[in-house]
Amino acid sequence: MSEEFDPRTERTRLAVAGARSATMAALRDRPTGEAVRSRIFQALIMFAVSVALLGLAALLIDAFVEGEGSLSLNLLTEPTSRDADNAGFRTAILGSLWLIGGVILLVVPLGVGAAIYLEEYANRERWWNRIIELNIQNLAGVPSIVYGILGLAFIVRGPLDLGFVLAAGSMTLGLLVLPTVIIAAREAIRAVPPSIREGSLALGATQWQTVRRQVLPAAVPGILTGVILAISRAFGEAAPLLLLGAATFITADPSDPFSGDFTALPVLIYEEAKQAQPELRELAAAGIIVMLVVLLAMNSFAIWLRNRYEQKW
Amino acid sequence: MEAQSIGASSPDGITRRLEAPSRRWGEKAIYLALALCAFLSVITTTAIVIALLGPAFGFFQEVSPGDFFLKTEWAPAQALFGVLPLVLGTLSVVLWGLVFAVPIGLGAAIYLSEYATPRVRRIVKPVLEVLAGIPTVAIGFFGVSLVTPLLQDIWPGEFLGGPPGFFNAGAAALCVGLMIVPIISSISDDAMRSVPSGLREGAYALGASKMRVALRVVFPASLSGTVASIVLAFSRAVGETMIVILVAGNTPNLTLNPVEPIQAMTAYIGVTATGDIATGTIEYDTVFAVGALLFAITLVANLISIRLVRKYREVYE
Repeated sequence: MSEEFDPRTERTRLAVAGARSATMAALRDRPTGEAVRSRIFQALIMFAVSVALLGLAALLIDAFVEGEGSLSLNLLTEPTSRDADNAGFRTAILGSLWLIGGVILLVVPLGVGAAIYLEEYANRERWWNRIIELNIQNLAGVPSIVYGILGLAFIVRGPLDLGFVLAAGSMTLGLLVLPTVIIAAREAIRAVPPSIREGSLALGATQWQTVRRQVLPAAVPGILTGVILAISRAFGEAAPLLLLGAATFITADPSDPFSGDFTALPVLIYEEAKQAQPELRELAAAGIIVMLVVLLAMNSFAIWLRNRYEQKW
Repeated sequence: MEAQSIGASSPDGITRRLEAPSRRWGEKAIYLALALCAFLSVITTTAIVIALLGPAFGFFQEVSPGDFFLKTEWAPAQALFGVLPLVLGTLSVVLWGLVFAVPIGLGAAIYLSEYATPRVRRIVKPVLEVLAGIPTVAIGFFGVSLVTPLLQDIWPGEFLGGPPGFFNAGAAALCVGLMIVPIISSISDDAMRSVPSGLREGAYALGASKMRVALRVVFPASLSGTVASIVLAFSRAVGETMIVILVAGNTPNLTLNPVEPIQAMTAYIGVTATGDIATGTIEYDTVFAVGALLFAITLVANLISIRLVRKYREVYE
């Protein structure tokens, strides 16, 4: 044994200790500027999320606190009235339901038809199909009030000349939400795997038979979800109806889509919200609660539907 | 097999054609009907353009475009047709709204895509999207009944002028901001999640902290999607009617100051076209001229955002 290799000599021990502390210093978890900045950053983004969530909560609580005093079954059973104590939303709710019914009748066949065409038939290399696609994407972003102008110029007056009636409102709202339905239905149709189609075609089915018996049934849950979301948008939309004469203090229930005045829930809420009298403001808040409850029910149904029938291929 | 190039011989020696036995007119009719449904969208756009431009042309025969775009007073009743106050009113609400919504929306997107556990994400993302589904008339009511009084109470001082009045652009901007936060957060989150995880792992392997990965790797890689979400949010905010009509007031006002009442383009259309306004008058035509301008602005914004979304989809999917 020579001197130099004895591990217990002072020099070796010093060298080992030095190397060890250098390694530990490099690897040790220490609070550097970076770690502090990282923490602050995380706090900031969590603050951002909470601001958004708090905004939503404040909105809901505010509507409830302001409208609580007027909450009663009268809201659903009484017609509109200038007398705030006895006023309800019956005519407006019925008007909205009529409007929505018309929207469904229009939007389901047209939207699903367009989606089937674009997904199953259209050749994407062709310029006209690309134009249609771009067009739908743009229409989804056109302001709702511009649809109101379209409805006023072409449906209420102009070529169709229906007048200020429910059907005009339904058609306008239908056009407004049609892009949403088309986009959702396309997603649903695209999610059906190609092997299903190929199997059906290989067995001799025509293209339409394949679409009708294989693709559509598999895509129905997704399409329905999209339709419900589109309808809830139409239900809450007030701006285009302002232009289509959704007159306000109507006491008669709507009965005919092609004649007579009508009003809709969000329009009536708007009319009451802009008044100065506190009773009408309270009524508006109560109307908002009614509207939000209906929307919540519709959206929950859409989510339930999606979860219930969602298929993993 | 010389006569029939497409055919098959069955064992009994008869050549069968593989083509369909009929011309399948039904299939062709269905194809046409479906194509017509899709073509309806083109008809809608054309109708919108015609509906807007027809009366707008009439308007510009009475009022010179120079006056319309450059004069600074808007009072159709007194034959003053300078659209700038309306444009600036919209811009005031939209810009202040974006100042509020962009940091919140992007922060939320980074949180959802990089920090949140899958469970938190599954709850928070749909809740944020609920915000997008709330009718704007309800948000407008919220603005009048809570945001404006709150702003008046906590107004810090004189640096922007006096406390906001009952109608002001700032409260409307906050409400519009709240409305567009989910648009920004949802689309940006999708774009960030489509960044391949290999990029993140590479950065982690080099010793980068989570913040660095989020800000220097994921954020730049998803930039086109993020910008698309902001442009889309801009377009939504420009077209928003019910919030500005209820909260921001209906006073045309050439200012970007958030404490002032203003009138946005959409609010002008909404208020003017509601009244019993006679067809064919110049006042009636102003609705269409302002509508055409609104449509043009949102069209440009939509096309930019569609382009950008396509770009990030192409790169990573």
